[in-house]
Amino acid sequence: MSDTPAAPRPTSVPPLIVTQDNEFWFAGAREGRLLIQRCGDCGTLRHPPGPVCPHCRSFEWDTVESARRGTLHSWTVVHKPQDPGFRYPLVVGLVDLAEGTRLVADFDDLGEGGADRLRIDMPVEVFFGEHPHGETLPRLRLAAEEAGA
Amino acid sequence: MSPTSGFSRQAAIAGIGATEFSKDSGRSEWRLACESVLAALADAQIGVEEVDGFALFTMETNPEIAVARALGIPELTFFSRIPHGGGGACAPVQQAALAVASGVADVVVVYRAFNERSGHRFGQGPPSFAYVHNTDQEYRNWINPYGLLTPAAQEAFLARRYMHKYGATSADFGAVSVLSRKYAASNPKAWFYQRPITIEDHQSSPMIADPMRLLDCCQESDGGQALVIVSAERARDLPHRPALISGAAQGVGPQQISMSSYYRDDIDAMPEVELVAQQLWRQAGLGPQEIDAAILYDAFTPMLLLQLEEYGFCERGEAKDLIASGALEIDGRLPVNTHGGQLGEAYIHGVNGIAEAVRLIRGTSVNQPAKSIDNVLVTGGSPVPHSALVLSADH
Repeated sequence: MSDTPAAPRPTSVPPLIVTQDNEFWFAGAREGRLLIQRCGDCGTLRHPPGPVCPHCRSFEWDTVESARRGTLHSWTVVHKPQDPGFRYPLVVGLVDLAEGTRLVADFDDLGEGGADRLRIDMPVEVFFGEHPHGETLPRLRLAAEEAGA
Repeated sequence: MSPTSGFSRQAAIAGIGATEFSKDSGRSEWRLACESVLAALADAQIGVEEVDGFALFTMETNPEIAVARALGIPELTFFSRIPHGGGGACAPVQQAALAVASGVADVVVVYRAFNERSGHRFGQGPPSFAYVHNTDQEYRNWINPYGLLTPAAQEAFLARRYMHKYGATSADFGAVSVLSRKYAASNPKAWFYQRPITIEDHQSSPMIADPMRLLDCCQESDGGQALVIVSAERARDLPHRPALISGAAQGVGPQQISMSSYYRDDIDAMPEVELVAQQLWRQAGLGPQEIDAAILYDAFTPMLLLQLEEYGFCERGEAKDLIASGALEIDGRLPVNTHGGQLGEAYIHGVNGIAEAVRLIRGTSVNQPAKSIDNVLVTGGSPVPHSALVLSADH
């Protein structure tokens, strides 16, 4: 996977808002690592990133690397309107990661059967791929045991 | 129960006024705002120069000073703007009621005016302010790059989860659309006047963001709607029956994110709506059983089911059964969106619904229920920071 930005495609997706609070997450994604912020005091995981732990109000934090496995909490299949940055129908999922946080990402081609194969709580995996402005960000696919089913 | 809130029933909506609702107004948003404000003041029979306050909500492109300048309103002592778009639709009326009840202002006008169909369409993708680099828009990092670009797509996770949990179907959502279009069909002001639909029409309408079909989505509209708020005392001397503001509340719930509070345990529950409901009942000294009709924010049909439950009109998961029982029909227990809603009348970001609630209190809706209407609930959008009102007859 290349970190070289691709030529920008015309898209309505706003550019990422990278801040001192979230830049670690995007840096991890560029390296193919799915990071989850962890409170430095109480250890609670949180996503999306933020400057302070909502449980104990500590500003101390580090990260854990997700094993990139989870289950499908919900999904949608977007048909319209169509943005040039994506291929349609576009399947987007909300995943319960095994670590306990949730993650939104778009699905890779689901193959034969498409989105009809999806069901709530089915196992999925996170991998990384290019997104509309050329960024490397998470994507979803069915877990290996489901992919061949 | 008795009212416990200092501003309950101290202020009233005394005037309502709107432009036509269309798909291409052919004039500026600024002009639509001015036309609707003048119409509402004329309805209340209050002089333009008497206006001393404006309360608005965001995504309004016409600042109060532009409207005051254009209309020659000499002085404003109160002006405010509530964030979060349609979720805040009812909050400016709370602002107005607080200002009037406290004596900060005497005549406060609320308006929403836009060319949301012929100009920027909310359903087409992120609005211009989405491209500003700040914490207000940072939440887009976690949805937009993955293709959740429209409100329909952003609400779809909740709709699917709700269906999975409670066994609701697309046809259950469609029942809302069919009912709204039935009401709109007899409302000459509605875009879909004389154009009812069947459940088959709904079920054959194209998928937009599965499970949401085209006919689960509200319209996109051009138009303006204004409201005039004065003290209850003054309203009693004006031509129309006052619509007393007996409850008006805002709410933000735990781990709230605009349109994408996906990280709560239950994404299909809306604690910010429940929080607003609790405040309303306490302020107004009422409960859901005393609400005679409701205007529920219907940007998308699933939200109407969820709001019926959060406001306590039925148990969780039972909204589909309440709707199927006919309760929301004109002769039902709780007529809902009698103007046709934003699905059928027009999408004026919820403010046209507040006007319909005023008509229900006055007894002048084109779909006026035969029963006495003493208390009407009006809600703002969800799942975003929320607001709502209870309007009451003066007796």
